[in-house]
Amino acid sequence: MRHHIEGTTLFDGEQAQKGYALNRMCFSFNSADNRAAFLKDEEAYCAKYGLTAEQRAAVQSRNVLALIEAGGNVYYLAKLAGIFGLNVQDIGAQQTGMTVKAFKEKLAAAGR
Amino acid sequence: MARIIGGIGTTHVPSIGKAIAEKKQNDPYWEPFFSGFNAVHKWLAQEKPDIAVVFSNDHGLNFFLDKLPTFAVGAANEYRNEDEGWGIPVSRAAKGDAALSWHLIEGLVNDGFDITMCQEMLVDHAVTIPLNLLWPKGDWPAIVPVTINTVQHPLPSLARCLELGRAVGCAVMGYPEDVKVLVVGTGGLSHQLDGRRAGFINKDFDTLCMDQLSADPEALTRYTIPTLVELAGAQGVEFLNWMAMRGALTGTVSELHRNYHIPISNTAAATLLLANRPRAQRKAA
Repeated sequence: MRHHIEGTTLFDGEQAQKGYALNRMCFSFNSADNRAAFLKDEEAYCAKYGLTAEQRAAVQSRNVLALIEAGGNVYYLAKLAGIFGLNVQDIGAQQTGMTVKAFKEKLAAAGR
Repeated sequence: MARIIGGIGTTHVPSIGKAIAEKKQNDPYWEPFFSGFNAVHKWLAQEKPDIAVVFSNDHGLNFFLDKLPTFAVGAANEYRNEDEGWGIPVSRAAKGDAALSWHLIEGLVNDGFDITMCQEMLVDHAVTIPLNLLWPKGDWPAIVPVTINTVQHPLPSLARCLELGRAVGCAVMGYPEDVKVLVVGTGGLSHQLDGRRAGFINKDFDTLCMDQLSADPEALTRYTIPTLVELAGAQGVEFLNWMAMRGALTGTVSELHRNYHIPISNTAAATLLLANRPRAQRKAA
């Protein structure tokens, strides 16, 4: 039985299998040439890596929760987010529906 | 004979690499974190380890999900860093010590750890940032990187990582060269980057983990991986690297220093310095 943790998706075999094409594409973004190729023609780049329609829509939406739902792993997704200049506070704010300022305040509050 | 002088646990958040490159160590945001290393630098200057065994997790630089070992040991004389795709500066290479690597590999397999052996291994920020934090002048010792899967579940248990560390500790003690070895566990502590629970931090649990690490690491093995995710956050499971570091300290362990600061990026940043005194030497004294 899977252990349910509120607001958390364990990246297990099921997710890893589902997200393989998406994560493989994101892994390619370790190379600056590949990042440039993605920016030049996003559609073609996603097609080259065989993304599913769900993954393609999630990439297009830049929505991290949708990308996770499509099997994305956050360490690989961070490489995609980096292309758009988003850091982990930006994606944290996006996923929690907060402003970046409020998200940073929430982090600081955890230390008090 | 080789001996393990101590262990250090340290956070490896990527943005630390940027802060170092931009010389922000004294900025109000960063100072409480960087100043926590002063005591560690002093200790390292006294103890002068020759080699560091570094337990860390790869974040998709060297390993991809096509082939993902649970435990992998580097067996090279040099470990390069490369572009990780998210804008942190590429670090210079770290020197390796292939002779000690192969000795550890022999010992680990002999002890029942069916590890992956890597004559080529890129090391990511989980190795290079701790090296920069511990030896900011760049006088890094040679390293033996040991990579633990904290990315794709199922992950190895806390108990298994503690045992892995013990096997490393035993193997080091059987190494005939007269070298001083430091063990390092990187990452953590509590944090979560993904999902609606992003930004989760748990100060109480981190404090408990640090307290138990020197006193009674066995007590922490009661937590299953899903419980660890729940209590430390999805990426807080990097604490597995700290458990392995602790396991390698097979002598009498005492905490010399700790620093804990929230937040660095999305993470509860922690630094812990543990001394390891050989038991036999203590009896003789």
